[in-house]
Amino acid sequence: MNLDVYLLLPLISLSTVILTLMMLIAFCRNLSLTCAFSSIGLMVTLLLICAMAIDIQAAQTASLVDALVTPLIIVDAYALFFSGLMVFSSLCICLLSFNYHRARGEHQDEFYLLLLLATLGGVVLSQAAHFAMFILGLELLGVSIYAMISYPRAGRFSLEAALKYLILSGVSSAIILFGIALLYAAFGTLSFAEMAVLQRENSELDALYILAGSAMLLSGLAFKLSLAPFHMWTPDVYEGAPAPVTTLLATVSKGAIFAVLFRFFLSVDNYQYETILDGLFLLAVASIIFGNLLALTQSSIKRMLAYSSIAHLGYLLVAFIAADSVGGRALAIEASAIFLLAYFLTTIGAFGVVTVMSTEASDHDVDRLDEYEGLFWRRPMLATVFSVMLLSLAGIPLTAGFIGKFYIVVSGVDAELWSLLVIVVIGSGIGIFYYLRTIFAMTKRTMVTSVVHVPQTAGWTLAAVTLLLLVFGIYPTPVIEWVSRMAQAMT
Amino acid sequence: MTVIAIMVVLFLGGIIAWLSEAWNKDWPKWVAVGTCVIAGVVLLPLVYQADSLIAFSDADSSTWIELYEYPWIPRFGIHILFGLDGLSLLMVGLTIFLGFVAVVSSWDEIEKSPGFFQFNILWTLAGVVGVFTSLDMFLFFFFWEVMLIPMYLLIAIWGHENRSYASMKFFLFTQLSGLVMLIAILALVILNGADSGVLTFNYFELMKHQLSPDVSYWIMWGFFVAFVVKLPGFPFHSWLPDAHTQAPTAASVLLAGILLKTGAYGLLRFTIPLFPEAALQIANIAMTLGVIGIIYGAMLAFAQTDFKRLVAYSSISHMGFVLVGLYAWNELSIQGSVIQMVAHGLSTAALFMTAGAIQHRLHTRDTRDMGGLWHDMPRMGAVAMFFMVASLGMPGLGNFVGEILVLFGTFKVNPPIAVAASIGLITGAVYALIAMQRVFQGERKLTRNLRDFGVREMTAMIPLMILLIFLGVYPQPIFDLISPALSNLYSTSVNQIPWIGGLK
Repeated sequence: MNLDVYLLLPLISLSTVILTLMMLIAFCRNLSLTCAFSSIGLMVTLLLICAMAIDIQAAQTASLVDALVTPLIIVDAYALFFSGLMVFSSLCICLLSFNYHRARGEHQDEFYLLLLLATLGGVVLSQAAHFAMFILGLELLGVSIYAMISYPRAGRFSLEAALKYLILSGVSSAIILFGIALLYAAFGTLSFAEMAVLQRENSELDALYILAGSAMLLSGLAFKLSLAPFHMWTPDVYEGAPAPVTTLLATVSKGAIFAVLFRFFLSVDNYQYETILDGLFLLAVASIIFGNLLALTQSSIKRMLAYSSIAHLGYLLVAFIAADSVGGRALAIEASAIFLLAYFLTTIGAFGVVTVMSTEASDHDVDRLDEYEGLFWRRPMLATVFSVMLLSLAGIPLTAGFIGKFYIVVSGVDAELWSLLVIVVIGSGIGIFYYLRTIFAMTKRTMVTSVVHVPQTAGWTLAAVTLLLLVFGIYPTPVIEWVSRMAQAMT
Repeated sequence: MTVIAIMVVLFLGGIIAWLSEAWNKDWPKWVAVGTCVIAGVVLLPLVYQADSLIAFSDADSSTWIELYEYPWIPRFGIHILFGLDGLSLLMVGLTIFLGFVAVVSSWDEIEKSPGFFQFNILWTLAGVVGVFTSLDMFLFFFFWEVMLIPMYLLIAIWGHENRSYASMKFFLFTQLSGLVMLIAILALVILNGADSGVLTFNYFELMKHQLSPDVSYWIMWGFFVAFVVKLPGFPFHSWLPDAHTQAPTAASVLLAGILLKTGAYGLLRFTIPLFPEAALQIANIAMTLGVIGIIYGAMLAFAQTDFKRLVAYSSISHMGFVLVGLYAWNELSIQGSVIQMVAHGLSTAALFMTAGAIQHRLHTRDTRDMGGLWHDMPRMGAVAMFFMVASLGMPGLGNFVGEILVLFGTFKVNPPIAVAASIGLITGAVYALIAMQRVFQGERKLTRNLRDFGVREMTAMIPLMILLIFLGVYPQPIFDLISPALSNLYSTSVNQIPWIGGLK
């Protein structure tokens, strides 16, 4: 087979699934069929990516230049890892949301189409090696998400959330574009690889343009990553969006954008600018502190998880900053990949529980803390799963979250970022408080007797995610081995 | 392999106990008792092995009864490395024994989900066994955190009126200090890796580290804080009274009996041997903190009207002796500390069981509402008297041996500290006797008949009494068991900085 076609297989397979699904919906509206088809399509893509991931590492072709398919796309181990992550989480969302959508009546099929399109956007972003591809992925992802947030047409909150996200995301996209334009003014190219070469060899570059461009790019992306102080939209949108879409926002959207931002920084070596490092430092500190502090006062689970995700992105920035030191770069890449994997699993599980809880609620999602009171006695398994997720968010051993946090601290210690580590410790301390408060609420004996029905598909998916989370928490060795080789190849 | 077998037994026992709840509400506690017994039986052969070790205990390597290593995360040189020497064996034995006592002590106290309750008890035990036997720093930290969650759930679900606050405080204190320790561990591992070129979490390898005194001084603080919070030493003790007061009886027994000991064990096994020089620098600070703990804990204990709070503050006072003894760092004082750990575990566990039994019968812990309980419950009164007297340090009982050895050892190193610490013996007598007087003697405030200790309670109490007398009268077998391990810990640090030997 032609090497280019081989490398493009994930994109091809995903696009084929999308086109076929579009035809399928046009001819035969059947939610079960749509969901099953999308799941199988995603599963096939995931298997393809896994096979290629093993293949690529065995063949040692993970270096940046070899894997370029056209100047736009790069398919290396890093791209495959993040593509796999996107496809995996969208597969989980697909399965988790089936019962949720079925309970909400007709015309739910297009949701899966949008989900797949967003996934395609995520995969494109994680394989982007050029700003053209970058914008394409970003918009593919963003536009699908606007539509998905406002999918429950009757809901007032979802429309409000969609509008907020649309406007703010639009503004941030504009800022990003301006930033890219400035970078183009400085470099005269949009390709990451060519920029890197210019950065290394040409000392006559106008640092001001690069700085301004990078700063605009960074702040625009910080909007999408919901890093403080660009986080204002997050809680409202998380709360207003239907739970499956919130999952997507928290995982695919953030993961893909982080992946491409990190790749850009690594290949262009933006770390040489002190100002940018200072900015990143402030972003990390503000995200960790504000995210955790604001989460304290929330009485809605979705809002709490929104703030907690702000804090988690702050932790992730520690590894991002740690990539500054050339010696520790491989470790920092490894740390971010592992942390994101743990964060994905945990977030999918946590929002999965909210999705399951909300299955039967027609007009709003069940996300008030008091609606979870006594869940341990009503639905022990569901409550246990949720507790495991919360403990994983808190970074307690036996869960994936611990491995993630361990990696963050390792990369921080390795780069000797002591002040950031102190912030991480303080943030985690505050975090424990609200995670435990939620667990405590579930252990209460209350009069709430409403029966929660756990549907089969979603239930089994949640069980599988929990199992993966625990297995990864206890025996992460195989994944770590693969990821560390990926990281070695990147540097 | 025995260590792993014990942990597997405890983990599986926990799951079976939880599942068995579905069939019969009474099964979980039988499963839990059975699990503790099986774990004890599995441990027994090692005691004989330990005996044969003592005969030829001069070579360093022979202090390990069992060492087991299996790669876990090779990327960071993390191994599943369990080691059991006399010290660990003693602590594991104490853990399993007190686990048994805890289960028996809360026999019919638990009404809601007894299965999940026993699950949490057994998983706490498993975590603690892991802490006492791990020799890989990552594995150690792993268990250090694992034992917290079930303990948190025990307090949060089955605790008393203010359980939310207490459980949260307990978790926050230990978790935060744990994170500080994690950073210290990683700093040690990574800086050592930068020097030697090999990343390893192996305790024996890390002992050889060549870090500059400044760096090891700061890393040592990370370890010190985590362990002192757990001990608990002044000024990090404030979680303990709340946690103890609100916890159900069984959880109080585990907390006082074994969880506090993990802090002392950590200091003894890791902080001082890994950083002997840095530890010596702060020895006076640590001993002063210990003495403050002894006196301050005793004073607060005296002022309490809540029976469980009183016992909790007395724990702070007793653990102060352990801290003083460890940082005096000579063979006599370390042995004293270890004996004190065991004796305090046994006597405080019994006192918490008594407090729990009183609360179960009277529905109050307020000593002002008690009085003259001896009349109705002579057996309970006698038992409480025995353990109160033990905890005030009566010669002939275990606590006395521990405290007096600590004082002797400390006197050689720092006489003023020893003098100040010995005040604790007097204050201990004051609060213990006052408590006895308020609760069991004096005017009878309640006239209704109260049930005395029955067969079940006495089966838990009598072994505790026997062990305390045994420790007090003939502690030699315990010394034989722990001294190879202790002298090994001691000599490695002395070899590293020869002039510490001058303190002998």
